[in-house]
Order: sequence, then structure tokens, then C-alpha cells
Amino acid sequence: MSPDLKPLDAPSGVQGSKVRLGDRIFSNLTRGAGIFVLLIMASIGAFLVWKAVPAFQNNTGDFFTTQQWFPDADPPIFGIAALAFGTAISSVIAMLIAVPIAIGTALFIAFFSSRKASTSLGFVIDVLAAVPSIIYGLWGLQVLMNHMDGITKWLNDYLGFIPLFNNEIGIYTKSIFIASVVLAIMILPTISALSREVFLQVPRDHREASLALGATRWEMIRMAVLPFSRPGIISATMLGLGRALGETIAVALILSAAFEINWHITEPGGNTFAANIALKWNEAGPIGLSALIASGLILFIITLVVNMIARAIIAKHKEFSGANS
Amino acid sequence: MKLARSSKFAVLAATGALALVGCASGDSGSTEAAGSIGGADCATGTIKASGSSAQKNAMTEWINAYQTACEGATIEYSPSGSSAGRSDFINNQVAFSGSDKAMAGDELTQAAARCDATPPINIPMVGGAIALTYNVEGVDNLVLTPDVTAKIFNNQITNWNDPALAAVNPGVSLPDAPIAQFHRSDGSGTTENFTQWMSATAPDAWPYQPGSDWTARGGQGSKGSDGVAASVKSTPNSIGYVELSFVETQGLNAASVDNGGGPVAPNAQTATAGLASAKVTPNADAGAGDLTMEIDYTLQDPAAYPVLLLTYEIVCESGNDADTLPLTQSFLTYTSSTDAQAMLSEIGYVPLPSELETQVAEAVNSLS
Repeated sequence: MSPDLKPLDAPSGVQGSKVRLGDRIFSNLTRGAGIFVLLIMASIGAFLVWKAVPAFQNNTGDFFTTQQWFPDADPPIFGIAALAFGTAISSVIAMLIAVPIAIGTALFIAFFSSRKASTSLGFVIDVLAAVPSIIYGLWGLQVLMNHMDGITKWLNDYLGFIPLFNNEIGIYTKSIFIASVVLAIMILPTISALSREVFLQVPRDHREASLALGATRWEMIRMAVLPFSRPGIISATMLGLGRALGETIAVALILSAAFEINWHITEPGGNTFAANIALKWNEAGPIGLSALIASGLILFIITLVVNMIARAIIAKHKEFSGANS
Repeated sequence: MKLARSSKFAVLAATGALALVGCASGDSGSTEAAGSIGGADCATGTIKASGSSAQKNAMTEWINAYQTACEGATIEYSPSGSSAGRSDFINNQVAFSGSDKAMAGDELTQAAARCDATPPINIPMVGGAIALTYNVEGVDNLVLTPDVTAKIFNNQITNWNDPALAAVNPGVSLPDAPIAQFHRSDGSGTTENFTQWMSATAPDAWPYQPGSDWTARGGQGSKGSDGVAASVKSTPNSIGYVELSFVETQGLNAASVDNGGGPVAPNAQTATAGLASAKVTPNADAGAGDLTMEIDYTLQDPAAYPVLLLTYEIVCESGNDADTLPLTQSFLTYTSSTDAQAMLSEIGYVPLPSELETQVAEAVNSLS
């Protein structure tokens, strides 16, 4: 057992009273739940490492820089470079699209809309979060993709000098950009719903004080609401990022699955860790399965690191936010 | 703490029990029952099978027909993919497994452990044809040679008005438009057989090792044959490869393939004629009655379609579980019957040639 897990004692102010049985049972139950989660995490990590070893032993390419995926070839050669790139860039673009819209929506619901409208709008956003990801995938593939040509061609024509938006082959379907837009829609409700809750936690005093001092509504939001809510917004964003990093089937349906790093995000191609596992699992041989698990291990580590960074940011901002007052 | 620990044990015990139930449900007792279907005497009981997703529709039809005719028989086929199916078979989780390619090498040795120390055998069961489907307005009689196909899928021919395409399609007006090429983004036996055909017939244009994963750069990947079919259908000036059934169900065009003996359109007749040229090449490492086949991709017969797919059932030749043997044998006898094979052509598969059908029935009959 980890040494810093202290038993939960009865309040020290209560003199001579024995710890009641109910309290003991409850505290042990909660502690058990906490330890159980840690055990699950540790065993997932151990499983991934154990199963990934054969892949690392047999790989003839560099696991981190190879832009190929032939683990069942003879000799096996594969690497996660393209997967890492695709996962990162699709998530980042999805965040760039989703975060401003999500926070805007949350602010509107919390401070601008009428009570009636805010209830129904909030409800609609919650429903958006309940749509299964395969539905988003099919919608992205069969509906959205057919209507993205306009914007991607415009990006190529007018912003084509930026390598990101340049499209050299003239085909605009099945691209990272389309996948990112779908991801953005998928993570929007998560970020929006959580931010809305955080905004509603801002003490009424703070808001009214700033209004009383002559602030406009925008100034009130900028000076009273946003600073108070920053840790909450960050955690909401990170939860959204977590979903974007791990989204599987919607991305697998949309992307063209190429194992090369291509900065031209409106061209067909791209791949992510999760999508690649979904696509290759069925027909993978022994080394293939191991290689997929190895890539899963990397995604696991990336997600852990992202969450730890988020925790660190929240911890840093906590003292100034007034959340503890 | 005590309580937390005991509750953890409870969870463990519960999962353990579930796992046991999961294992056991595959081998409930089976006995002979009255009735017959397609020359097979009905057996009862429950068997599990898994593997090739390309066999899914055939299995669904066969299982329905069998279970309707034979009361008390339950057959579960989970289309989890050939590789997963073979690994289920090795781990003794299924009575037989469907696979897009014959089991070979180490897997045979590993599988022998569950078959009373004799290696299992491969039995060809479900044939198929791979169609080159295209979507070009005003064109419905496209002809492709191996060389032109390989160059299209290897991004050496990128426009429909390429002279090489025009040369094999005299009199057809092909547009001046880039070719949108679609391949499978997931691993699949279809890709494996398609690349084997290109690699056997056009090795210069297709220099890659055939395999279930797409190797060439460029083009666009779609998930599953349904994904490729949908992509081709919705993208003008596109081409892709799918199993024949998708051409029929989706109302797509399929190109005729000219291996050198004249263009052949893909359909059940031409594909069965193609399969008739496949040779039994028993694998010495497999059981004695092994029916591993070798497809002749270079076939130049004006009545036989050459881009073929042959999928197998992998089963223990001897040492089958006494509980599952009667039903396994009875079901596979049915699936290799002329009745069952004839059903295949209605759902886009290719029936086995009659000579092979007999060999398959004999192999199934000798299971013990």
C-alpha cells in the first residue's frame, strides 16, 4: 500500500469519542474504491508492456521514427511516427475549433440567454454528448465529407501558401481536416457542459460587485467569471482532448489510413493510434497484435502525460482563482 | 480494509465464474436427431465458430437454413476476422474457424495441441470473386488488364484519359479526370488476394509483397468492403476493389478483366470456372486430408474470371471433442452440399466447382 494514504480519522475536535463502525466501513469502502482504480490502471499498464515486448524484440525498424506498418511482414518493420503525428494534429485542430465554440456556448447559456432558452439549449448540448461515435463517423463520411469541398478548396486557393492548407493532389476527401471537424463536434458537448457548470459556480457576489462597479457584461465575464473559472475550463478542455486522442471508430471510418507524415491536412491520408488499432486488429498476426498493443501503450502514456500536465496547470492556478475561498 | 478486500474477492469470483460459463457454453452435449438437410443427417447441440468476415453472409444463410431444418442445433459464427479466428481455434475456443487463407507454418503446430496432437486441416468452403468496381459517368463496359490495374493502384496511371487505359478500351470515351482510387484501410483477405493477383500477373507494375495490409502509397483507404463500395458510389471518376456481392447489392459497375485471353466479366459462372482451375496442394505440415488450394491467378481462359478468393474452414482432422464432432461434421457436410453451395451464388459468392465439392465432402466425412 502506498505510504501516503492516511487512514481517515474521526474529527480531532471530538474528544474521547470512539470511531463509529459506520464511519469505519464507509472510509474503508472509499479507500478500497480508490485503490481498486489504481490497481486497474497498473494492471492495464503491465498488460500493455507485457504484450508489447515481442513487437519491440522483432521490429527491424525504429519504433518511433519509421513511417510504415508491416509488423507481419518478414522481417517485421513498423513505427508509430505517422500515428503520433496524426493523433496529435487531429486533436489539436479539433481543440482549436471546439474550445472557442464550446466556451462561447457555455457563456451564452450561463449569462446571456433567457432561462427557458438556456434550459433547452443545455439539454440539446447534453444530447449531443450522448450520440454514439459511430453515428458521428457515418455522418462525417456520408454527409459532412460531401460538403467540405468548398471550405477546403477555399483554404487551398487563398491560404495555400501555408503548407498546412496546401493541397497538391486536388482530392479533398478522407482527410485529417475532415476528421478533425468531426472530432471537434464530438468533444464540443463535453467541454461546453463542464464549462457551463463551472461558470454557474462563480459566486454571485463577484459578478454583482463587478457590475456595481460599472462593468459591462463582457467586462464582468472577463474580470470576474473567466479568472475564477480558469482551472475548470482547463479540466474541461483536457477531458475533451482525452476524448479526441482516444476516439476510434469515427476516425477509422473517415481517415484514409496512410502511414506517412503529411502536413497537407486537406489531402486524403493520416492515421491515429486508436483508429489504426481498430482497422488492423482483425487480420493482425502474432507480431501484428503485439505491435498494435505497443502503439496502444504509447497512447496510454500520452494520455497519462496530458492529464498530468492538466493537473499541474490546475494546481498552479488554484490559489488565485478564489475557488478555495 | 477487511471488507474492501472481501469485496474485491467477490468481484474476482464473479468474473471467474463468468469466464467459466463462457468457456463451457461451447460444448454442451449433442446427440443425433431426426431430420436431414442437403444430404446431412441433423445433429443437435451447440457449437461456436469464428473467423473470416468475408464468410459472414454465407455463414448466416447456412446457419439459418440448418437451424430451421434441424431442431435443437445452435451454431454461432462470430465474424471477428481470419486471424482472430485462427487464434480462437488454436486456443480451443471454437469448434472450427473460418479463414481467408489456409492455416500454415507455426500455427499448425500450435493448433495440433487441441486436436489430439495431429495438425488440423484446411477445407475450402466459400469461394468469391473480387470485382474492380468503378464510377465513371457514361462508361459501363470498362476493361482492365493486370498491368493497367496495378499501375492505377500504384499511382502510375492517374488520369482516366491515360493512353494505356485507352489502348485496352478502344471505342470507349474516357474522361479527362483524375482517378480517385480506393483501397481497404483495414487488414483484409480481399486485399491479400487482390494483391496476389496483381503480383502474379503484373510483377513489374506491382513490386510489393502481397499481404492483408495495403502497401502502396497514395489513393484513399476506406474501412471494409462496404466502405470501399460506398466511397466508389459517392465519388465520381473513382475505382476500387470489393467482393462481387457488393457490386450486385450496391448496383455498381464492375470492370471486365483481361488476363491475356480476352475480357471476362465477373459473375458466379465465370468465377466458378476460374475456381475450377485451382489446384489442391496439400500442406505437408497439415493433417493428411488437407485441402489447401492454389489459385491460378494467371489464368487466360476467355470464360474464367481470374481475380478470385477462396476461404477455408479450419477443423481438427481427428481428436475433435466428442460433444462438438457430430454437429460440426453434420453442419460442414451440409455447407459442402450442392444445395448449400448453390445458395451462395444468390448472395454474391461463388459456388465451389463440383469436383472440389466432392473432395470437400469426403474430407468432412473423414473427421473424427
